[in-house]
Amino acid sequence: MRLIVEHTTVYTYDQPVRAVVQSHRLTPSRCDSQLVESWDVAVSNGIKGGGFRDGAGDWVQGWSVNGPVSRVEVTVTGVVVTNDTAGVLRGLRESVPALAWLDETAPTRPDAALRALAEGAGDGESLALAHALSAAVAEAIAYRPGSTHAHTTAAEALALGEGVCQDHAHALIAAARIRDLPARYVSGYLFADTGGKPHEAAHAWAEIWIEGLGWIGFDPANGCCPDERYIRLGCGMDAQGAAPIRGIARGHGAESMEIAVAVAAAQQ
Amino acid sequence: MSTYFNEMKSGGNVRLPYASLQDWVEAMPAALRNLKQAEAEALFRRIGITFAVYGEGGDPDRLIPFDMFPRVFTAMEWHRLERGIKQRARALNAFLCDIYDRGEIVRAGRIPARLVYLNEAYEKAVAGFRPPKNVFSHIVGIDLVRTGPDEFFVLEDNCRTPSGVSYMLENREIMMRMFPDLFRTNRIEPVDHYPELLRRTLASVAPQKCDRDPNVVILTPGHFNSAYYEHSFLADMMGVELVEGQDLFVEGEFVWMRTTEGPRKVDVIYRRIDDAFLDPLCFRPDSMLGVPGLMDVYRSGGVSICSAPGAGVADDKAVYTFVPEMVRFYLGEEPILQNVPTWQCAKADDCKYVLENLGDLVVKEVHGSGGYGMLVGPKSTKEQIESFRAKIEEDPDNYIAQPTLALSTVPSFVEEGVAPRHVDLRPYCLVGERIDLVPGGLTRVALREGSLVVNSSQGGGVKDTWVLAE
Repeated sequence: MRLIVEHTTVYTYDQPVRAVVQSHRLTPSRCDSQLVESWDVAVSNGIKGGGFRDGAGDWVQGWSVNGPVSRVEVTVTGVVVTNDTAGVLRGLRESVPALAWLDETAPTRPDAALRALAEGAGDGESLALAHALSAAVAEAIAYRPGSTHAHTTAAEALALGEGVCQDHAHALIAAARIRDLPARYVSGYLFADTGGKPHEAAHAWAEIWIEGLGWIGFDPANGCCPDERYIRLGCGMDAQGAAPIRGIARGHGAESMEIAVAVAAAQQ
Repeated sequence: MSTYFNEMKSGGNVRLPYASLQDWVEAMPAALRNLKQAEAEALFRRIGITFAVYGEGGDPDRLIPFDMFPRVFTAMEWHRLERGIKQRARALNAFLCDIYDRGEIVRAGRIPARLVYLNEAYEKAVAGFRPPKNVFSHIVGIDLVRTGPDEFFVLEDNCRTPSGVSYMLENREIMMRMFPDLFRTNRIEPVDHYPELLRRTLASVAPQKCDRDPNVVILTPGHFNSAYYEHSFLADMMGVELVEGQDLFVEGEFVWMRTTEGPRKVDVIYRRIDDAFLDPLCFRPDSMLGVPGLMDVYRSGGVSICSAPGAGVADDKAVYTFVPEMVRFYLGEEPILQNVPTWQCAKADDCKYVLENLGDLVVKEVHGSGGYGMLVGPKSTKEQIESFRAKIEEDPDNYIAQPTLALSTVPSFVEEGVAPRHVDLRPYCLVGERIDLVPGGLTRVALREGSLVVNSSQGGGVKDTWVLAE
């Protein structure tokens, strides 16, 4: 598919701040399932900082904005040609060993319920087990926007029984790691022809390491593996580590944020 | 106590390096000694050298006890130590470069992958990054103990930000002021060029994008930190700025320092804060001590951070066991300095042995430091041993154990006169474009009779450490 992305994030401060510094993971991964035709990230009044490819293969780009500033707009526009690799991540150059993704973080810390879910997913070989875990998470956490927030943990979402893609991904990562499968959080975009139904165009899913195959994407929120509708941006131990934008303002202004994301399919 | 190696006397004879000190101490009347001791204390107070002790109540800012009786090494003894220390510092850095790159030592099966990649101190954020001159740990503090004339053991490595070097410098300064004659009659190698060597080391690892004389700063968490005195002391001695996170900011591709004349670019940061607090955009988001955006600048070659983030993997107490293997693997040499045999409670067999022999062993937490949370078996009560047994059984991975070493003694001034007290040694090896080691280090002494714990937080004191010229 040829996907057109328009993604705008606007930060406003109720009183001007002295400066804003951001770290972006906003560039599509260099992997076999996607080819960037054009891609542009702009930050209003921003000064481009250092950029580099990190150990997980993501392009990380620093930005700073000098104040006083009360509004920062980050605009992403681009066209990516995608193809379906059945969820298998190929061609990404990375230097972090898979094992390092077994560690736990606060939002993915297991509790008894997560352990029970993970242990209940059968004794299949790794790939079958990963599919079973993904299905179990989808079953246990219903998609319901607004039921959770940015800091909800996997354990909390599971207890609640509802959540959004971030919660699905966290729960699946936690469950996979319990079963000694390295797992990580992936942020990106999703094109969905939903016939007008709401969906999450700014999307997140999980990747699970299967010995012999490599990283495989699993999207419990949609009950599938990523295909040509998905654009992969970057990964991390959890939502915070994989966040497309991490930023901080110097000053006392309270921040509010608005996001608009549109992913459209171009005429072939 | 005769089983301990006394560095001054062997079999009733005074060992050569201490000959002149024998005369010195014999010629010193008790009244003069007390006077000198009071003078030394007054000097330390005036300089402001204190350290913070936690968890014991009372004034947390205490004076570290200074013992005037020096510890002495011959040129020959030092020569061997120096080769061993430098060898170890090279191996530790080679290890860090390797595990953040291809991990050859793991692939070769010489160290368990989990120990490295699931280590608390392993930083994914720097995987694939090569710091300037391939150095991760620029100041390697190697803690040594001695059990005989030629027997030295490495107790632990400190690859992050080893502290205490200010004591090495101040101890010497104060000894020279109080006993100038000693320094005329003995040929003692100087240590006062350490700050200049440190500055040169830091400048030698300036980042890729630095195209002029590098601007070096020391980043401190602030005055409430127990080592704040040392931070300001070193900044002073090196002639560089001492800054806190709020004095620095990221703009564009660089890190800048606020000055009265406007922003000034910073090239090298000698940080005395932990990785987790360096940059809220990369590590702990709630950190107020660091500099937002610092890691992006670092990884794109705009600034150097010393020690490099992620260096802590090399000084983990469980990784320690493998340092001799690192020396063989990376340098193709046999280790000059030996490790203390170590049992890892994470291994079932080791754990069983440890639990059966708690009364004879020293048990430490894998990530502990400062002598906190450790058990010295032979010096502990039954209750202490039993409560430690419970802790180990609950979380075996968190503990290692070592035999109780017969630490050497050096004569020390105590209330009754002069008596042997146990010591260790921390030299500070500088690694940049070249490897430097000033002849000396920090000798810590357990001032309580019979005590084997030298940590200042546990009632230890310090001594001037001499290396005699050839």
